[in-house]
Amino acid sequence: MEQALSDVKVLDLTRYISGPYCTKLLADYGADVTKVERPGTGDPARMMGPFSGDEFHPDKSGLFLHLNTSKRGITLDLKTETGKKVFMELLAGADILVENFAPRVMPSLGLSYEELEKVNPGLVMTSISNFGQSGPYRDFKASELILYGMGGAMNETGTLDRYPLRKGGNVIQYQAGTVAAVATMLALFSSRLQGVGQHVDVPIFESQMGTIDRRMSHLLTYQYNRETSYRPDPQLEPAGFPVGVYACKDGFFQIAGGFVFWRRICQMMDRMDLVDDPGFNTPQGQREPENLERFSLIWYPWIAEHTKLEIVTAGQAAGVLCGPISTSEDLVNDPHWQAREFWAEIEHPVAGKLLYPGAPFKMAETPWRASRPAPRLGEHNAEVYGGLGYSREDLARLAESCVI
Amino acid sequence: MARLPLEGIRVVDITVIYAGPFATMNLADWGAEVVRVESIKHFQVLTRGGMAHPPQEIVSNPTRTGGLATYCGRDVSFRPWNRWTLFNAHARNKLGCTMDLTQPRGKELFKRLIAVSDVFLESNAPHVVENMGLTYDVLKDVNPRLIMLSMPGFGSTGPNRYYRALGVHQEAFIGHTHLRGYPDSDPSATSTLYHADEASGATAALAVLMALHYRNRTGKGQYIDMAQAEATMPHLGEAIMDYTMNRRVQNSMGNRLPGAAPCGCYRCQGEDRWINITVFTDEEWQGLCRAMGSPEWTGDERLASRPGREARQDELDPLIEEWTRQHNHYELMFLLQSEGVPAGPVIFEDDAYDDPHLNERGFFQEVTHAECGTHLYPTFGYRMSKTPNSIRRPPVRLGEHNEYVYKEILKVSDEEYRQLEEEGHIGMDYAPEIP
Repeated sequence: MEQALSDVKVLDLTRYISGPYCTKLLADYGADVTKVERPGTGDPARMMGPFSGDEFHPDKSGLFLHLNTSKRGITLDLKTETGKKVFMELLAGADILVENFAPRVMPSLGLSYEELEKVNPGLVMTSISNFGQSGPYRDFKASELILYGMGGAMNETGTLDRYPLRKGGNVIQYQAGTVAAVATMLALFSSRLQGVGQHVDVPIFESQMGTIDRRMSHLLTYQYNRETSYRPDPQLEPAGFPVGVYACKDGFFQIAGGFVFWRRICQMMDRMDLVDDPGFNTPQGQREPENLERFSLIWYPWIAEHTKLEIVTAGQAAGVLCGPISTSEDLVNDPHWQAREFWAEIEHPVAGKLLYPGAPFKMAETPWRASRPAPRLGEHNAEVYGGLGYSREDLARLAESCVI
Repeated sequence: MARLPLEGIRVVDITVIYAGPFATMNLADWGAEVVRVESIKHFQVLTRGGMAHPPQEIVSNPTRTGGLATYCGRDVSFRPWNRWTLFNAHARNKLGCTMDLTQPRGKELFKRLIAVSDVFLESNAPHVVENMGLTYDVLKDVNPRLIMLSMPGFGSTGPNRYYRALGVHQEAFIGHTHLRGYPDSDPSATSTLYHADEASGATAALAVLMALHYRNRTGKGQYIDMAQAEATMPHLGEAIMDYTMNRRVQNSMGNRLPGAAPCGCYRCQGEDRWINITVFTDEEWQGLCRAMGSPEWTGDERLASRPGREARQDELDPLIEEWTRQHNHYELMFLLQSEGVPAGPVIFEDDAYDDPHLNERGFFQEVTHAECGTHLYPTFGYRMSKTPNSIRRPPVRLGEHNEYVYKEILKVSDEEYRQLEEEGHIGMDYAPEIP
């Protein structure tokens, strides 16, 4: 079946997380993505865990395997003159170039947008970086933690009595990759429809400041009211109930009740006798401490008797916003995602057959597909360079001089 | 100068709350004509406020229990729904009309709008469009080139498709809540700031752009089924793969990162001000020691290499904090970065508007809203060298473009327009009986 981006060619210089996630999104929907890695070691994400079987091996990193599906892989040393010449040949046939080096790197290699535009005027060049291609922080160093603290709403994540808290995993960098894919597609429209190629600047810092709902909302609250946001005070009860995370018989669950959904909470607990209680079904009533106390005497015994799945099943049947606190084990075994065929089984020649996260969205006409596993280092050198007209002897020479 | 990339594309938008509206923001910003269709007969909680007519005393006396979406000036005396920060944060560059989609006439008008549009986005649980009879199966006959994206939390198929969930509940289901939090306390101690809304907002915009690209090539529209939770799951890929590869369940690391020591959030001078520091390499560690003035404890040979620091992170954190709490969070960033150490302040809203980098890059733009006045608004998460952008319209007020949508797009006569006002389709105010 044809895919949405079957007619799009991407040259991919990215490493680590944000850039590879951007090009994975394009590749899994059909773009022809050629990942260019440094000879010898390749993308440093190959050496970042977790590893399959805990074996430290460049083709067994779960992070790398996940982020590089559907791409072909070649090696090329961009620091050599021959390497640059070969790169320009690859670039001439590409619609899109994505890179996430520190901003000084591409210009120092003689590969600034201004130089590349001369070779390929319609080119979309997407540069993902910590702080963008200009400005006083351009060359500052960062990490997942630092980028969330600066760009995101870390100031209000966690509780007031303790330090601000980051999110899980590396989600800030994944978000930047997603945003970069959006920006790249927009620029592709300008290129295809108007013949305008351009340089797209995606700072991870601003990808947080400028696409995150709470952050943007609360920046506006400061402008409107000169109020700054805060972490919730664990000593204070929420303005409504039940709201938040609660412990139950076998774990935890998250729920959003409040006076608005009071009827549904009653349905969930099978306590319709409480529906019309003004201490529970009005905003003023839910703010009175004695009503919270009355509620607690009903609520805590009920949740203590039920498992997280029982509570969530009853809650969802009544239309209550709620969910169990699941682990990755619960998630992979959840019948809902299995029924939707979310998990993709992909076989890799070294890592073997594994389950991967699948389609982030299902397009009826142009499906998601992991067309190949993540490439081994230089796996497609012969195929890609052969396509440019290089012979086996040429490739042997390039390998000998460490260009590929 | 080049046109914006999406000029000429019309998007019909009935999305609610966080994720969907932030998806259409990405389309409106870059030139699409996004028409929000709202109803003055039905109030969707959170999208345009907590209530249609909130009591002033509740708004004036906030509890400090989390969340800061509120009203401009905390004043709800006139059309509070146009003053809600969460809505006004994404509603720039959009158009808005009102239409009651539960009435037959509203459905008929809506179909006429779909017939002359390119894209339709909705983010409700699937029963909402099913009950209204506005599913893709119906709308594709009205407009065969239509691209429709549905983005309920759990998708449009599967046993739990009718589940209702905000981002926080989806994240509980997909394991993110378990992966974050204070490592020494249970998940009830975390706040409700999560990732699913922004992840699925950006991913939905991407899905629409891919479908438009395919339509440009083939002329064919299509339906896109996006579960917000599925759009977010790949962002947790390595934790999921650790389970599928090794049957290992990862737990929260707090603020630490693999391969870094020390790595944490340290208190600074002032009230509730903090700096994040991440030391990956031995050179960065030496830089941190220099910045601190090389106190005696840093001379310990065992700290010179990462394994030694990793083993003693719990001891190092309070020693570092003793130093950071004597200094301003921004000054620490400049000092540490000059020593080659990755560091940055936890930026509060007041910091952001003073931030030299954001200001030099022109990140904030002055915008005048008819009912809220003139303020600086955050702009875009990315920028393009040849199609520069700006906030061209202030956040859209309820029903602000009824005249344009009904008279110019739908070619409704003046008389019919008056009828539609009487029938409760057209207006700029929620019905007074809605609380």
